[in-house]
Amino acid sequence: MTRTKLLLAALLSTLLTTTAFAGDVRIMWYSDGVEGEVLKDLIDRFMKENPDVKVTIDNVSYANIQEQLPVQLAAGNGPDIARVTNLKAQAQHWLDLTPYIKDPKYWQDNYGDQADWMRADGSKVITGFMTQITLTGGFANKTLFDQAGVPIPDAKATWDDWAAAAKKVADSQKVPYALALDRSGHRLTGPNLSYGANYIGADGMPAPVDQGSKDFISRFVGWNSNGTAEKDVWVSAAGTTYRAAADDFINGQLVYYYSGSWQVPNFATKIGDNFDWVATGSPCGTAACTGMPGGAGLVAVKYTKNPKDVGRVMDYLASEPIAKEFAERTLFLPSNKAVIAKGLDFKSDNAQVKAALNAFVAASTTTSPAALKLPGWKWSDAYYSALVGRVGQAVAGELSLDEAYKRIDQDVADKVKQAQ
Amino acid sequence: MAAEMPATASPTLAGALFVPVRLAMGVVDAPLRALQKATGLTGMASFFLLPNMAIFSIFVLLPLVINFVYSMTGGTAIFLDGRSFVGGEQYQRLLTCASYLDPNSCVEDKFWIAVRNTGVFVVVQVPLLLVVALTTALVLNRDMRGRSFWRAVFFFPVLLSPVVTGLIWRWILQRQGLLNLLLFETAGADPHTWLTDRFWAFVAAVGVSIWAHVGFYALILLAGLQAIPRDIYEAAEMDGTRPARVFWRITLPLLMPNLLVVLVLALIRSVQVFDEVYVLTGGGPGTSTLYMIQYIFETGFASQLRNPGLAAAASILMGVVLVVLTLMQLAASRSSEKRGKR
Repeated sequence: MTRTKLLLAALLSTLLTTTAFAGDVRIMWYSDGVEGEVLKDLIDRFMKENPDVKVTIDNVSYANIQEQLPVQLAAGNGPDIARVTNLKAQAQHWLDLTPYIKDPKYWQDNYGDQADWMRADGSKVITGFMTQITLTGGFANKTLFDQAGVPIPDAKATWDDWAAAAKKVADSQKVPYALALDRSGHRLTGPNLSYGANYIGADGMPAPVDQGSKDFISRFVGWNSNGTAEKDVWVSAAGTTYRAAADDFINGQLVYYYSGSWQVPNFATKIGDNFDWVATGSPCGTAACTGMPGGAGLVAVKYTKNPKDVGRVMDYLASEPIAKEFAERTLFLPSNKAVIAKGLDFKSDNAQVKAALNAFVAASTTTSPAALKLPGWKWSDAYYSALVGRVGQAVAGELSLDEAYKRIDQDVADKVKQAQ
Repeated sequence: MAAEMPATASPTLAGALFVPVRLAMGVVDAPLRALQKATGLTGMASFFLLPNMAIFSIFVLLPLVINFVYSMTGGTAIFLDGRSFVGGEQYQRLLTCASYLDPNSCVEDKFWIAVRNTGVFVVVQVPLLLVVALTTALVLNRDMRGRSFWRAVFFFPVLLSPVVTGLIWRWILQRQGLLNLLLFETAGADPHTWLTDRFWAFVAAVGVSIWAHVGFYALILLAGLQAIPRDIYEAAEMDGTRPARVFWRITLPLLMPNLLVVLVLALIRSVQVFDEVYVLTGGGPGTSTLYMIQYIFETGFASQLRNPGLAAAASILMGVVLVVLTLMQLAASRSSEKRGKR
């Protein structure tokens, strides 16, 4: 009997060391700028006010969120809360927070506009909130433009205008790269939509690559061939690997960089007074001058052992004063309606930063309806990943444009078939 | 044993390594023999093998079986109960091509690109690695000042994490990297984009892979070189044999068993190339350094909509290739032993 008790005690202690204790909440978090530090500060304050909850922040790279988190979730594991951009495609793993938050109406009122981005089609559950709203757009190295005596193209300038101007500046100033666009299907989509692309078919399923997409992709591949675009970003990787050109812009090696509003705090910290830069919104195509909306959402994971504590942490982070402070200190555009309505005082003395944030707010007014639909569309990521892989091969000269378009259609069809 | 050694022979590295192994075996062997003697049971060895067999079954055999079952299922779910049986569909998908010489004509074109790239990598990297490892071992076997230091220098990259290796060489080879700074920028010339040029990216992948692993293989060959009795070389020297003839007629034949081991290990490692090249080139430019393991990793884990079944099928096909290579090694090893006996 004693031996049995001893064995049971040993088993119990082993189990206790491998399961989460009540009050333990793990957040998987990635950072583009300073938001990891801001979050840590906010969470420290939360833990002081709520000593019964221990929140651990696992700071990881964006690649971890993209590659490792989905595998953990598919295996029924993962953190309790995660900061994710690929929200819709993984909606089956998010927890319905409704029973665990104090005031679901507050969440609906303030975060309802993007709630569909992070839940299954037709569902009305509350799974999390957007930590920031982003919009893709361009950044120009103003100092280089000024030194070259080339005027910065205006808000109505086309992609061709920007490519020509950036090349002129790069040649004049002996800078290695004229134009770069992050290696991402999402980044490619804004320009595609500007040329009239439509990814969503009449039946809600993915449509084949159309003339709008072809118009921009052919331009982009051409710019890589003739040295206008930074080949390193799209060529020095395979498959769906994400690559940004932010470091080249920060180092003054790049004239025009198409990325998004999340780079503003990064540039504010790292560029400092080294050179002048401006946010330019999205260049125009034949159909629109649109960027792609998006952002990172903080979602609760349904495999959590402590849903009540997760609800408390989420309530705290989504609350109006905390959401306001987070946006002001991280220089992100908030998603909380009340915060937006009451105005923000971004914590930066840098005039370039304030001007950039205003430029993105202005650019958001030209976002096309097609772009607004994509974050909540189930097949966006399937389309983006097919785009990035095959356009990457076309840029590297492995596939002709026609072959690339055919392969994109095939890849998307395969992913749809596989997921059904 | 020591008394049977030639008077001129010095203790070898292999011999030195063998001593603690024999001591350890003695420690395990003695109680086992005593137990057998006391109980009168003769199957004690099998009994003591059971834990090992259990661990092997759980962590090697069972995953192999599960992997095979996975390859017969479809969908994106991780657990088998959420996956549908599709039979040989994944294999059919992988093996359907209009022409096997043109990956673009295949349904799963990236699989065939990875197969082709891996084949080319193996054919180029393995012979080069053998030559470099042998040369390194021959040089390190010579009497020279600071021999231990140089041996440590050549072995050092083996101790580095593959990710670190990849990052170091990426910083050296990227457009704004050290190599361009030294070769071109100081001379005011345009830098070369090593990692965005298909040929140079391949050269970099092969070169970095050799740099990272040559120390390990050189160590095996060095142990072999030290096991060759000195008196054979002294006899050849007294006969006035030229150094090249000594190498071809004495060193190389007597080193053949070690070379065979190195060849097989290098072949298997080469087929499995992934980590340092993944960090270095990401599989690019385009797909020119996309190898089999990266294809399996991306298909099964990294892409937005994963296909674990297809990845499992590809890994089974790759396993078949590795088994064939191992059987070839066993055949070559037996044939070498027979020649040695004759």
